Amino acid sequence: MRALCWEGAGALAVRQVPDPELRNAHDMIVRVRRSVTCGGDLPLLAGRVPEAAAGEVLGHEFLGEVVEVGPEVRRHRVTDRVVVGAAVACGACWFCRQGLLACCDNGTSGTAAEPEWGQPAAGCYGRPARLGGFAGGHAEFVRVPYADVGAFAVPEEVDDDRAVFAADAAPAGWHGAELGGVAPGDVVAVWGAGAVGQLTAAAAVAHGAARVIVVDEHDDRLRMAARHTGAEPLDHRSVDVLAELRERSGGRGPDVCVDAAGPPPGPARWPGGGPDGGAALREAVHACRKGGTVVVLGGGSAFVDRFPLGAVTDKGLAVRGGSRAGPRAIPALLDRMARGELVTEHLATHRLPLDRGADGYALFRDRADGCVRAVFTP
Amino acid sequence: MARTGRLVGALTRTARDAVAAARRRRARAGTDPRPARWQVVTVTGRPEQVLPAGRWPEPLRRLDGAVEVWARPAPGGRGTELAVRPLGGRTALPGFAAHLVGDDPGRFLRQVLRETRQLLETGEVLRADRSPPDRPGAAR
Ligand SMILES: [Zn+2]
Ligand SMILES: [Zn+2]
Repeated sequence: MRALCWEGAGALAVRQVPDPELRNAHDMIVRVRRSVTCGGDLPLLAGRVPEAAAGEVLGHEFLGEVVEVGPEVRRHRVTDRVVVGAAVACGACWFCRQGLLACCDNGTSGTAAEPEWGQPAAGCYGRPARLGGFAGGHAEFVRVPYADVGAFAVPEEVDDDRAVFAADAAPAGWHGAELGGVAPGDVVAVWGAGAVGQLTAAAAVAHGAARVIVVDEHDDRLRMAARHTGAEPLDHRSVDVLAELRERSGGRGPDVCVDAAGPPPGPARWPGGGPDGGAALREAVHACRKGGTVVVLGGGSAFVDRFPLGAVTDKGLAVRGGSRAGPRAIPALLDRMARGELVTEHLATHRLPLDRGADGYALFRDRADGCVRAVFTP
Repeated sequence: MARTGRLVGALTRTARDAVAAARRRRARAGTDPRPARWQVVTVTGRPEQVLPAGRWPEPLRRLDGAVEVWARPAPGGRGTELAVRPLGGRTALPGFAAHLVGDDPGRFLRQVLRETRQLLETGEVLRADRSPPDRPGAAR
């Protein structure tokens, strides 16, 4: 089959690779219909993930049709149209049973799946095998482990272009609002008007926030966020963000501040985070009201220096992180999509055949031509 | 369960080699009296399910003779704490592990415990995708 493979820092290519096969009884094989670029891929693309090996298939956001099921798969049949959550989780361990599927104990495989900072979290598609990851969805076919836990039938009335964002971007935004404990009447500020930032803003509105403010530096993204989520745009090139946020929250500061800016794009900055690493997080900590919550979504900046710890302790802030949402919210999000309450297809600013995957990632990485997300069709 | 047997097969072979290597090394080097560190995981289920009547779960069973184990209830209803450490003190460790994972037997035992937990909790050991060199053959 054809697949978009990582070839080394900055280099992607569509190659012929062997078809995936069932490896466990809970696996299924999906023929991919749509897959999406994600900011979480950029550190790998830039060569900042030393465990990556040339030839690994990228992509953790995809949707497709079931073509083969393992003997223990109960909820899916061949020909089902499914969206697959980015996290690989077992559904059976203590963490999964608490609803913390992104923290699954059993979602990775192999001897090296042990990060330096402790226990491995759930597995992920399109991540290096040496980190316990699985081949990605920018391909004609993909193997889906624990298929009953991570894959969900798409309602007929939701088309592929909308539903594919239920794989990761929409759950990430929903997770951001939930981690922040967004409640009716809250003022919520979101850094980053990419797909996750926009869907965090939409989730905050759905949770009853009174005001949602999105901070970015790209006009087109800010306009898109305002048009589709009702959020107020703040362009940090032209305004004093901290002063604006204070003014718009009655001098209190936003109740919930979400850093959805994602990892900095561009060349290798490992280790250290680089000049942009942590800028949005610092601003979020400074802006947040006393006793409020700061949520850090998106990974990629493994280390951030000059963290304003004094502001966290002085103001009694809660800081919560979640680079992976887990699939728990996907059924409810698909229902919202079916009712027209959650619209996502505008985020697919560029639709390309998989064969042009490298071009799609270049547009996405450089935010060129107004690219928010590039969607591929194999 | 035939499936289990197949899935743990790869570890079975390497674990037996490891045990043999550990015995050879102990015979050669004598035994360091300092005990090695316990490696522990928490597994869903009660101790009598995880370690029924002292019968070790796969793939831990293959290390019989090379390690000691215990199981006790985890606090707060979190299941069972399952612990393992090599027999024979520290000097046995490098040989025990080098065969498999270099000089870090703790890492090897943590991996055995992770697979034991996967098998107990999900019925399978999660296998990696086959990498292209594993699998000669035509692409579709
Ligand atoms: Zn993603
Ligand atoms: Zn789990």
